[in-house]
Amino acid sequence: MKITNKEKMTNFCFIIPALILFLVFSLYPIVRTFELSVFQWNGVDKNMVFVGFAQYKDILFNNPSFWKSMLNAGYITLLALTIQNGLALLLALLVNQNVKGENIYRTIFFLPPVLSGVVVGLIWKFVFDGNFGILDHFLYGLGFKEFHDYAWLSEIKTAISSVAVVHMWKGFGYGFIILLAGLQTIPVELYEAARVDGANSWQQFKNVTLPLLMPIFTIVSILTILGTMQIFDLIYSMTRGGPAGHTHVPITKIYEYMNNGEFGYSTAMAVVFGVVLLVISYAQIYFSKKFK
Amino acid sequence: MDFPKLKRSISATITHFILIIVSLSCVFPVFWMVSSSLKTQEEVFSKMSLLPSTWNWSNYVTAFVKADFGQYFLNSVFYTVVGVFFVIFISTLAAYAFARLEFFGKSFFFYLLIATLLIPIPGVFVPLFLLLKNLSLLDTRTGLLLCYISNGLAFAIFLLKGFFDELPKEVEEAALIDGCSRFGIYYRIALPLAKPAIATLVIMNALTIWNEFLLALVVLQDKAKMPIQRGLMVFQGTFVTDYPLLMAGLTIATIPIVIVYLYMQKHIIKGIAAGALKG
Repeated sequence: MKITNKEKMTNFCFIIPALILFLVFSLYPIVRTFELSVFQWNGVDKNMVFVGFAQYKDILFNNPSFWKSMLNAGYITLLALTIQNGLALLLALLVNQNVKGENIYRTIFFLPPVLSGVVVGLIWKFVFDGNFGILDHFLYGLGFKEFHDYAWLSEIKTAISSVAVVHMWKGFGYGFIILLAGLQTIPVELYEAARVDGANSWQQFKNVTLPLLMPIFTIVSILTILGTMQIFDLIYSMTRGGPAGHTHVPITKIYEYMNNGEFGYSTAMAVVFGVVLLVISYAQIYFSKKFK
Repeated sequence: MDFPKLKRSISATITHFILIIVSLSCVFPVFWMVSSSLKTQEEVFSKMSLLPSTWNWSNYVTAFVKADFGQYFLNSVFYTVVGVFFVIFISTLAAYAFARLEFFGKSFFFYLLIATLLIPIPGVFVPLFLLLKNLSLLDTRTGLLLCYISNGLAFAIFLLKGFFDELPKEVEEAALIDGCSRFGIYYRIALPLAKPAIATLVIMNALTIWNEFLLALVVLQDKAKMPIQRGLMVFQGTFVTDYPLLMAGLTIATIPIVIVYLYMQKHIIKGIAAGALKG
């Protein structure tokens, strides 16, 4: 069937609404981020002052609080990659061996991920509270007298780790669901063949499960990195970056600068952070290919 | 003694032990939220009983009457329903065209769309704020909705295009010969066939919009327009240590999500797996 130009035009109408929204509200802001990042601008003045890469230079070399926020997010990410994803894998393997109540476990483990960040943050803020919190009450009851009135989120020693625990609590079910779906695509015949060849369960895991699950584990890792580095709702609802900046993460930093009217500076920060994310996720893909 | 059998039952016990411990840790904070929402302030402060001594519903009344929760809740329902409707309508149209129709710049536009799914772009809320300001859409319902709708499009189009690609073309070709218009085919044939994919997308977008906080924080100042997640933070600022009241607010914000989740679990899990494994 030959398609006339007129038909092509009417066909184009199908994508016009999507295209307009996408161009205006997704693509244009991305381009604008780069544009704004070379100007010093408070968002109000008529004149934007062109400063070139000065703001980038300042962020890279003169802004320890930004790099501190990057480290904080990195710390939570490291914990999430190891503890959270380790737990997700363990649970997926356990549930995958046809346990009774598979569906119930699945439903329960995926409950925290469907709750909103704000709700989860505020529930846990209550749990961690020094006066009203059940955690202190519980620890006190166990005989740890020093935890009477201990405010987990206001103490520099424990704030970031407490936030990390909540983040992992909220996130492991997500990795679990994806890994379980991955495990269920591995054909049973492969295990049967391995058993016939005399492989024990550890050898089956090492030689069948692990290599076949590797690509999915990589995807889960990348999603964990991107999701955790860009954490915001939990931090904002639990600590707002406090105590004394000890739980600031890049997005709360960008938000803070924007709120102070430093639009150019905050977008330069967003670009630096975006490049870091890009590098980390491509490094992850590169190494996982190498190990395979 | 039957060793393999004993070994198996021990390992099953350990398995269930681990799974149950983790399950309890998942459920407990949610249970604690609901239980505390029914307590009085004194009870929360003085004793840590698992259940309230008397079920005290007054926190819910206060949340609705004094803390604007009725308004926040209705706003969230509005954003979710309207947002999801437009995401689905606009993305099905576009995905159908990308899968079936010929037009200028087709693959260019498609890959442009997909590129935004693959490249992490943090902090776009800054230029979005300025854009809405220039369009006089800052602090308006329309402004927030437009952000939500365009956020949902790329993934929806990607998922639906894959779905349409796998549908057989014969029925559509027959309809075309019978004189049905392209829009008619989209509306009468393609859309009904895409129901499973649409169901997944409805649920996932509804969850995303209902739970969204950052954009609502950046775009809205007017309490009358705030969705529930944004309202919760205002609420928390006003009633700082009134935890039972706060927990009632959290419970109100959570009930619709939990109901939808329990009913639509399959679709959500399918959507998550599709999103991760195809990405």
